[in-house]
Amino acid sequence: MGFQNRRDFFKTSLLLTAGITGISSKKNKAASLDGPSENRMGVLVDTTVCIGCRSCEWACKTTHGLPTKPIDSYLDRSVYDKKRRPDEHALTVVNEYDNPNNPLLPTDVKVQCMHCEEPACVSACIVGAFTKHPEGAVTWDTDKCIGCRYCMVACPFQVPSFEYSKAVQPKIMKCDFCFERTKEGKLPACVEVCPTEALTYGNRNELIEIAKQRIKRQPDKYYNHILGEAEIGGTSWLYLAGQDFGKLDFPKLGRDPAPGVTEAIQHGIFSYFIPPIALFALLGSVMWINRSKNNGEEK
Amino acid sequence: MEYLMNPTPIKKKFITPGVVVLLILALNAMVFLAIRFFFGIGSMTNLDNQHPWGIWIAIDVACGVALAAGGFTSAALGHIIHKEEFKVILRPALITAMLGYTFVAIGVFVDLGRYYFIWHPLIFWNGTSPLFEVGLCVMIYATVLYIEFLPIVTERFIGHVNLKGRLSFLNVPLDAILRFLDRGLSKTMFVFIIAGVVLSTLHQSSLGTLMVIAGPKMHPLWQTPVLPLLFLISAIAVGFPMIIFESLLASRSLGLKPEMKVLSNLGRMVGPLLVIYLAIKIIDMAIRGTYVYLTEINTASVMFMLEVVLGVIIPLRMFFSEKVLNSRLLLFIAASLVVFGVFLNRINNFLVAYTPPYALNKYFPSIGEISVTIGFIAILVLLYRVIVMFFPVISIPDKKLMPKTKYAIRGEEK
Repeated sequence: MGFQNRRDFFKTSLLLTAGITGISSKKNKAASLDGPSENRMGVLVDTTVCIGCRSCEWACKTTHGLPTKPIDSYLDRSVYDKKRRPDEHALTVVNEYDNPNNPLLPTDVKVQCMHCEEPACVSACIVGAFTKHPEGAVTWDTDKCIGCRYCMVACPFQVPSFEYSKAVQPKIMKCDFCFERTKEGKLPACVEVCPTEALTYGNRNELIEIAKQRIKRQPDKYYNHILGEAEIGGTSWLYLAGQDFGKLDFPKLGRDPAPGVTEAIQHGIFSYFIPPIALFALLGSVMWINRSKNNGEEK
Repeated sequence: MEYLMNPTPIKKKFITPGVVVLLILALNAMVFLAIRFFFGIGSMTNLDNQHPWGIWIAIDVACGVALAAGGFTSAALGHIIHKEEFKVILRPALITAMLGYTFVAIGVFVDLGRYYFIWHPLIFWNGTSPLFEVGLCVMIYATVLYIEFLPIVTERFIGHVNLKGRLSFLNVPLDAILRFLDRGLSKTMFVFIIAGVVLSTLHQSSLGTLMVIAGPKMHPLWQTPVLPLLFLISAIAVGFPMIIFESLLASRSLGLKPEMKVLSNLGRMVGPLLVIYLAIKIIDMAIRGTYVYLTEINTASVMFMLEVVLGVIIPLRMFFSEKVLNSRLLLFIAASLVVFGVFLNRINNFLVAYTPPYALNKYFPSIGEISVTIGFIAILVLLYRVIVMFFPVISIPDKKLMPKTKYAIRGEEK
């Protein structure tokens, strides 16, 4: 390896530092996320009202252009024999659970993306293909995605799915909160079609109030917890149930936002690129000192 | 200054029975890769919506990056701390790192659903994503490694550019370009060497940050906010054992006598590094109280114990023993154990610890996934062989520079 003189060393180091600082200011801008907004929308799912008709599944597929059987076939309740998860063929599914309070009236739970207030997918995505919109929806951008599937590793609810069978342009599939429809002032397809008003679309803060009132009015009927109010920093979709959410296959999650620890580590390592530059400078000085020492001995 | 050892292309027959086996393994991988590219990832892997990452990420990428750490640890030792005695290991370590990172990139390429967008992280930035940082650092570091490799190319070809026939008019300009490169590189190489070390510390640690966001989906034995630190230290600790491991393997395969004195001096540094690693791991477990998970016997606790006992504690004891450091076989075993330990640790972190909430089945790699991973390793070994036979990488005693009787460190060349 070559031996540079001290002037070269100094010049090149300066240039490099300037270059990296230039990059860092850009990078920090890109990293900023929108804070929660007052007019954020959400959906309140009251599982005690849901009758498990699965109209929402049909409406979702129809709206998103996914192949579906005719709506009559959705009356078949044998699908409830198995627990299902949303996947690339169905962005939302309904599962049925035993109801300890009333065995004749099973609990039906609609599952889809929760649209977290501080989404792990948005934080994790290598190319920033996910966006948390001020109105609440978390959407995915096909033009950026590279198909690394890190969002699926990160998601605490294990929601995003991937089109494994496609060789070209496989998509990440998940509920988009009917972003295009709500932009035009329409309701999300599932909310619109629901015959029992198990789904309520509205301002998230107001929905929390409604949920609290329902629990207060019928404390026997409801389990005293609004799932999604505080879990992992809150979600746009909120759930009420007549029994413990753990029995309804919801993951046990704390109150801290999922990306919290990672972002703290990342920002620690990269605070304005100071630690890497400092390390570079330190190693540079060690190299310089040792090299001049060695050269001195040889001469 | 007197050169005892001089990097020289190794003259030996390329095709041996071992090479044929490696070629077959490589071909086998190509068949499965064709299926992957024509019919999608789902057609030949056991990945599903619950298990988005398999061995292509855990082995090809995570282990690949960790086991290529010899490149930056040796650069720090040889170039930055400037220990002359370790000069002989610099080039082999560099080649390993360069090939290692190349195959990390290829591993990612194969695993990406939209591989043709692999360059997207260059223009779509997301500063909160540790994967973005790993991706960018790996891209830049791989480039840096190729730049560090260039002086070996110029050394090989300056004054030896000898194109035949119609291309012969290129000989003079090519030689001039090489000489120009050589001069420019020797002035600026220090920037790339330091950058390589900085980039390595960054992405080696961020590889550990990757799984932190999985939160409760990861088994508490491995899930901890100090994962980036553990990843960095284990990468530094595995750097020298990996050099020892491959140096002993390569000298065996190429019929050279290994540079035992250098290797045992390298080994002397491994013990303390393993002590630091083990201490952090134990303190972290004590603080978070995760040792309770060791009282139950299941896959997680068994894998954890295997990793820590075989991969850390036993080699730790071995590397502190003079007998081990001076014995070719024992040193090889100790180094292999550390390599195995880091290998197991990365698999544990990315696969064993990952327990998605709605999984119906456990993930186990398909034959296709295993074939591709093994095939890539086979190609890597073959390329290493090609490079050391073609370029001056491995140092052997230079008879012109060395009185045979005085410096009989190495055996005869065959």
